[in-house]
Amino acid sequence: MNALSVQNLTVTYDKTPVLQKVGFEIPKGSLTGIIGPNGAGKSTLIKAILQLIPRISGDIQVYGKPYHRQRRLIGYVPQRSEVDWDFPTSALDVVLMGRYGHIGLIKRPGKKEIQIAKEALRKVGMEEYQDRQISQLSGGQQQRVFLARALAQDAQIYFMDEPFVGVDAATEKAIIQLMQEWKEEGKTVLVVHHDLQTVEDYFDHVLLLNKSPVGCGPTQKVFTMENLKQTYGGSLKFLGENSVVLQERV
Amino acid sequence: MSYDAWILLTGSLVGLTCGVTGALLVLRKMSMLADAISHTVLLGIVGAFFVTQSLNGLPMLIGAAIVGVLTAFFVQMLDSSGVQSDAAIGVVFTSLFALGVVLISFVGDSVHLDVEHALMGEIAFIPWDTLTVQGMNLGPKAVWMLGFVFLINVLFITLFYKEIKLTTFDPQFAALLGIPVMFIHYLLMGMISLSTVASFDSVGAILVVAMLIVPGATAYLLTDRFLILLILSGLIGILSAVTGFAFAVLFNVSIAGSMACATGLYFILAFIFSPKHGILMKQIRKYRLSSEQS
Ligand SMILES: Nc1ncnc2c1ncn2[C@@H]1O[C@H](COP(=O)(O)OP(=O)(O)OP(=O)(O)O)[C@@H](O)[C@H]1O
Ligand SMILES: [Mg+2]
Repeated sequence: MNALSVQNLTVTYDKTPVLQKVGFEIPKGSLTGIIGPNGAGKSTLIKAILQLIPRISGDIQVYGKPYHRQRRLIGYVPQRSEVDWDFPTSALDVVLMGRYGHIGLIKRPGKKEIQIAKEALRKVGMEEYQDRQISQLSGGQQQRVFLARALAQDAQIYFMDEPFVGVDAATEKAIIQLMQEWKEEGKTVLVVHHDLQTVEDYFDHVLLLNKSPVGCGPTQKVFTMENLKQTYGGSLKFLGENSVVLQERV
Repeated sequence: MSYDAWILLTGSLVGLTCGVTGALLVLRKMSMLADAISHTVLLGIVGAFFVTQSLNGLPMLIGAAIVGVLTAFFVQMLDSSGVQSDAAIGVVFTSLFALGVVLISFVGDSVHLDVEHALMGEIAFIPWDTLTVQGMNLGPKAVWMLGFVFLINVLFITLFYKEIKLTTFDPQFAALLGIPVMFIHYLLMGMISLSTVASFDSVGAILVVAMLIVPGATAYLLTDRFLILLILSGLIGILSAVTGFAFAVLFNVSIAGSMACATGLYFILAFIFSPKHGILMKQIRKYRLSSEQS
């Protein structure tokens, strides 16, 4: 079964569409890298799928049903800086927010929810910091807290927008490990990713995007020099080292 | 209860109600919207007067809530269609307030409703404007209205506690979870409008802004916990009212003015002495660090 099916998705901010008639499918249990140059519309794609920005057209199905009926299945690790960092809230509090969708309107998180949140913090190695106000954490630690929030969501399909930006090797490893665990549990993960060198190691699927999908499918099949050239166009030559590495592999 | 006790109670209720509700605005970085709403609700009051031909509490509350939410709605609309958000507030605020000022001139002399009263309020008159039911004197109307509004606010905050918290902290994530972000926004604006109107008679449109914003801003310097911030803000509101009243009695000056001044005083104290975010502690910490290193 497809975890995610996007059809005929068109999004514009002004007049010219950023995404035009985008359609692709992501199988359940896959780990997909979303790859494309700056301004290709990767973040826009995720936001449009999650209905955080309006779209002109497009049908989005999650596990075979329309998106709005599947909200509980969706997990999201946002780009940093999109929250109010000075808000009076602790790391544990933030992770608890991942449970709000399960609790429902009006009700409060109980002991069970707090247990789940603490467990999630422990998993990302942040249990010591549970009472810290979130602006008093380092960038990488903040990233881990949001990872823990996604974990606490216990979603079936995860969207992560550039989770590796500005984190150290240890945090990157922790994120990869988590993604692998999700995959083993049969969950589906989509990650906006920039480092072409690690694509083949991290992802079994790729979605190459530049305003519209250049290719989507298993990494060995789709992640080819030819497709990359088409995705990045003239800018591929600026990739320097990476393109050399790619050339050798292809 | 004595005359002074009523004034003290009224002031404390203003401090409490505005403190708790206003703190939510401070957290949302929408303090200027409080300024706008506190003025535009005048239109709601005048409107309610024209509809009911009286200055009764309930129609006034309803009228103010409607205009307050409308204010927020117009600001939102202009904002999202590309007008700078501070300009949007400025435009909406002044136009609706001006409309209120114009309409108020059509209100006859028989009713005590004029611009000066609306802007400045007069808490000293509060104890005489009492609520009488079947010949029984139940105390000042303002106290009942403030108490009622406070309960409504507490009810909404309790019901939608986690929704208010999440939509303030991370609206995008809230939207993702299907939480009605805009509904919560307008709910808060409604609460602000109610608090403003209930405080109108006592402190007026200008000083109510101090009661709405300053206690919240002060509490913000003192704690890193959401719930504690709300409670603290309410307490600071009460404390300001009490201190202000004492000062006003002592020096025979404006009561409402002193109350507003007191909020500023507590803010300055917190700004300097707050253990967490005060400038004094920051200096001390810096000094200790540098002396440790040398
Ligand atoms: N809020 C906005 N208003 C107008 N145009 C926008 C907005 N956000 C993005 N765009 C435009 O849409 C296009 C796609 O942007 P998007 O952020 O989706 O790219 P991206 O693939 O995520 O790029 P990056 O790799 O730099 O993160 C860009 O050309 C950008 O200029
Ligand atoms: Mg992006």
